[in-house]
Amino acid sequence: MPVIGKVHSVESLGAVDGPGLRCVVFLQGCPMRCRYCHNPDMWDPGLGHEMDSAEVVHRVLRLRPYFRSSGGLTLSGGEPLMQAPFALEILRGCKQAGIHTALDTCGFYLDADVEECLRHTDLVLLDVKHSDPDRHKALTGHHMDRVLRFIEVLKQTGTAVWVRHVVVPGWTDREEDLRALLRMVAGLPGLQRVELLPYHSMARDKWEALGVPYPLGDVEPPEDELMARLRAVVAATIPAGG
Amino acid sequence: MGNRDAWRSFTAGEWQESVDVAGFIQLNYRPYEGDESFLSGPTVRTEELLGQITELLCRERAAGGVLDIATDEVTTVAAFAPGYIDAERELIVGLQTDRPLKRAVNPFGGMRMAKQACEAYGYRLSERVEEAFRFRTTHNDGVFRVYTAAMKDARRCGVITGLPDAYGRGRIIGDYRRVALYGVDRLIAGKQEDTARLSRQPLTESVIRKLEELHVQVHALEALKQMAAGYGHDIGGPATNAEEAVQWLYFAYLGALKEANGAAMSLGRVSTFLDIYIERDMAEGVLDESGAQELVDDLVLKLRIARQLRTPDYDELFAGDPLWITEAIGGMGQDGRTLVTRTSFRFLHTLTNLGSAPEPNMTVLWAETLPEPFKRYCARLSVATDAIQYENDDLMRRDYGDDYSIACCVSAMRVGKEMQFFGARCNLPKALLMALNGGRDEISGAQVGPETDPIKGPFLDYEEVMQRFDDYLEWLCELYVNTMNVIHFMHDKYAYESLQMSLHDTQVRRYMAFGIAGLSVVADSLSAIAHARVGVVRDDRGLITDFYSNRDFPAFGNDDDRADSIAVDVVQRFLAKLKRHATYRGAEPTLSILTITSNVVYGKKTGSTPDGRHIGEPFAPGANPMHNRDEHGALASLNSVAKIPYACCRDGISCTVTMPPNTLGSSEEARVDNLVGVLDGYFSQKAHHLNVNVLSQEQLRAAMEHPELYPNLTVRVSGYAVNFHRLSREQQEEVISRTFHGRL
Repeated sequence: MPVIGKVHSVESLGAVDGPGLRCVVFLQGCPMRCRYCHNPDMWDPGLGHEMDSAEVVHRVLRLRPYFRSSGGLTLSGGEPLMQAPFALEILRGCKQAGIHTALDTCGFYLDADVEECLRHTDLVLLDVKHSDPDRHKALTGHHMDRVLRFIEVLKQTGTAVWVRHVVVPGWTDREEDLRALLRMVAGLPGLQRVELLPYHSMARDKWEALGVPYPLGDVEPPEDELMARLRAVVAATIPAGG
Repeated sequence: MGNRDAWRSFTAGEWQESVDVAGFIQLNYRPYEGDESFLSGPTVRTEELLGQITELLCRERAAGGVLDIATDEVTTVAAFAPGYIDAERELIVGLQTDRPLKRAVNPFGGMRMAKQACEAYGYRLSERVEEAFRFRTTHNDGVFRVYTAAMKDARRCGVITGLPDAYGRGRIIGDYRRVALYGVDRLIAGKQEDTARLSRQPLTESVIRKLEELHVQVHALEALKQMAAGYGHDIGGPATNAEEAVQWLYFAYLGALKEANGAAMSLGRVSTFLDIYIERDMAEGVLDESGAQELVDDLVLKLRIARQLRTPDYDELFAGDPLWITEAIGGMGQDGRTLVTRTSFRFLHTLTNLGSAPEPNMTVLWAETLPEPFKRYCARLSVATDAIQYENDDLMRRDYGDDYSIACCVSAMRVGKEMQFFGARCNLPKALLMALNGGRDEISGAQVGPETDPIKGPFLDYEEVMQRFDDYLEWLCELYVNTMNVIHFMHDKYAYESLQMSLHDTQVRRYMAFGIAGLSVVADSLSAIAHARVGVVRDDRGLITDFYSNRDFPAFGNDDDRADSIAVDVVQRFLAKLKRHATYRGAEPTLSILTITSNVVYGKKTGSTPDGRHIGEPFAPGANPMHNRDEHGALASLNSVAKIPYACCRDGISCTVTMPPNTLGSSEEARVDNLVGVLDGYFSQKAHHLNVNVLSQEQLRAAMEHPELYPNLTVRVSGYAVNFHRLSREQQEEVISRTFHGRL
C-alpha cells in the first residue's frame, strides 16, 4: 500500500552517503536541533512536498543503471524515521526490487515501524552526535538515552552500520569524547566503519533564511591536522577504520 | 624505398591491394587491457620544447590573442617557407607558416572576413593579397549572390544563424593515416585510376564536377609532397617506422590546416593506427617507452599551437580560439576486441606530461565492455584535468562500424568514407515566439516568417500553440534546407577542401548536419503552457514580449516524462520536416543538439520565453537542461537527456555535466569509481555524449578574479574544452551560472 509522506528533495547523485552512487531521498522533518545542522530547512515537518512512496521508489529505480554493485538508495533527512510508515514503504519497495538500502538516522525513534524499517535496511548510517550526555543535550536539545537504546537494537539485529560523527571545534573535538563514542559503538556486530566528518559553516545562509540566529557564531571548520589526529584515534580503535 | 620494406612484418591482406586503413588496423593491432603503469614521463627534450612553447603562448596572450599574422601571402598547402620552434629539438616538424603561432590569412572563404580579422588585431592585409583576389570569387561572394531575401531575413534576426557562409565549414576529416600507410604517390595513382574510370561514363553535370574535384585533389597531394620536401622529407612512399608514421600523418593534417580554414578540424582516429608502428619499432629494438611517448608528446605539442585567423565576432560563437582537433580514442572493434592500445593511453597521458589543455579535443569512445583499467584511467584524468569528453561507442558502432571518428564535438562519420555539410543551428525558442507573433520578430517587430494572425487572448492554449509552432517549423525547415544547399554548393565551388577530400574515397557518402539550439527552453516553454496557465504581455506594437504563469511546471532535466517527452517530440518533428526537402548532392539530413558557446549569442537575440527565461538570457548549452531547473541532481538530469533518441539526432546530442569534486566522492578513488559508474549508467541508457567537469563554482570564481593563478584551467563547455581565460567575461559568467551538481 503506497503511503504519502513529506519529501524535502531527491538528490540523484549521492556519492558521500554510503557506498557507491546513491539516490539520496531527504525526508522532511527532524526532532533534533543540532547547533551545526546543515539542513535546518528540513526541521519543520509541515514543510516539504507530498510524495507517494511508490513515486519515490520509481525515482530510485530509474537510477538503477548507475548503481553497479555497490550503490542504491539512501534515506536521509531531516530524520527519516520521523515518518517511519512512509520510510518503511520506500525501503520495502526498493528492497523488493533488489536495490541496496541505507538509512541515515540519528537513532532518535524506536517503535514497531522503525524495527520493521531496519528489517529492510542493508546499512544504517548512524549519526552519533556526542558521547557525553550533557554535551549531547546542549548540542542537540535532546537526551541521548534514545540513541543508546537504538544502538542496543542494532546490536540485536546485527545490521551493517557506519557510524558518522561531525567534528565541531570546541564541541566535539576532544579525544576523550571520541574514545567514549567509540566505546559506545564498539559492541555493534555490524560496525563497518566510523566516519569523521569535518564541520563546515556553509549552512549559515540557510539558518539566516529561516530567521534563526546561527548558534555556532564564527566557529571555523576543523584544521586538517586535527581531523588527521582524530582519524588516527579511530583507526587505532576500530579495525575497519575511519 | 619499396612498400615491401615499409610494410615489413605487417600481416598481409586486402589492405595492400586497395586503400583500406581499417582493414590494416584490424589485422595488425594489439589490444591492451592493462593499466597506465607502463607510461613514461616527459623527456628532458620534451620539457625544453614545452618550455619554449609555454613562453610563446604567454607572448601570444600578452599580444591580445594573436602573436603575428602573415599578411602578404595567401595560405595554401605548399605556401610558406618551412618553420620551426627549435629545429634541434623537434622530433616532428612542420608549422602552418614560417614561424610558430604566426597566423596565415585564408581569404577563400571571404575577403571581408579576412581583412576584418587582420584589422581586429592591428594588422593590414597586403595590397598584393587583395589584388590577387580582386577578380576571384570567394565562398562568401558566391553565397550572397544567391541568398534570397527570406534567407537574409532569417539570418539577420537570428532564427537561423552561425551559418558557415563567411567562414570555412570544416567538419571534414581527412584520413591522414593513408599518407603514412601508403605514401602520397600511391594515393595519387589511386585518384588517377578513379579519374580514368569516371571519364568513361557519360559526362553529366555531376560527373564533370567529380572530375574537376579529382583534378584538384591530385594537385593538392602533389603540393603536400612539395611541402614535406621543404622540410627534407620525401613522403612519396609509405612511412617505414613510427617516427615517420607520426611525421607523415602530421604533414597530411598540417596540409589540411593550411588549405582549409575549417571551423572544426578533427585529427580523426589515429592512436591505435600509430600504435602498430610503435609496437613494431619496439619489437625491432629501436624504440623504448620513453621514445614512444616522446613522439606522441611532440605531435600533441604541434597540435596545441595550431591556429586559424578569425574575427572577434566568430569568437562569440566559438569562444576560446578552438580548432576542434578531435582525436577519438578507444572504443571496441566489431569482432569484440577492444580498440584500446597502449598508444590510446599515451595520447591521454599528454595531459599529464604536457599539462591540461583544450587541444587536441580528447574524445573517449566509451563502451560497456571497454577494459576496466582504461575506464578508470580516463575517469582519473577527467577528475584531474576536465579535459576529456565521452561518447557512446556502443551506439555509434552500430551505425558507423568501428573505424569512425568524431568531427568537431559529436558528429560521427566513417573516416575517409563519409563527410558532412555543416549547418550550424536554428534557434527554436525564437521560432516559437515567431509562431505566437504571426511571423514577426519579437524584438525588432520585422515580419520574418509568413504573415498570420498573431495569437489572441490573455492566455496561451497548448493545442493552439502547438499547431502554430508546427506550421512555422514547416516553413523554417524548408528555408533551412534551402539555405544549406546554397552554402554548400558555393563552398564546394569556391572553397573546396581538396587535400582533405583527396584523403577520402572518391565515392563519398555525405550528411547534411542541421542543428537545434535552445531545446530545453522550448521544452520548458511548451511544458509551462501545457501544465500551468501562461498569460501573455503585449507591447504597443501588439507583439507578445513577456509571459507570466500561475504555478510551477515540470521542467526538462528532472527525469520527468511530462517535460522530457515534449523535448523528444520536438526533435522528432524537426527531423521529419527537414527530411521532406531535397538536399544538395543527395546528402542525408541529420540533426545535432549542440551549441558550442553560441548558446550565449542565441539567447541574446531571443525575447523572453514562456518558461520564465528573460529576454537576452543565455540558453542552456547543447541538450542541457536549463540552468538550475534540474532540481533532482545530476543523474536525474542525465536521465532526461538520455531520452532524446540518437536515431533522430545522428549528428550528436551534447551534454555537459559539472560536479564539484567533494560531491563526486570523498576520496580520489571514490571519485574515480563513481565517475566510471556515472558514465556506464548514462551510456547504458543509449545516451550519446557527455562532457565531464569536476570542479566547483568557487574555483571558477577564483580563476576569474585571479587568472594568473590558474593559467591552464581547462573547462569543457559544449563538445569541446577551452582555456577558461580565453572566454569572454560574459561567457565566463554563463559557465558559472550553470548548474553545479552539488549540495551542502
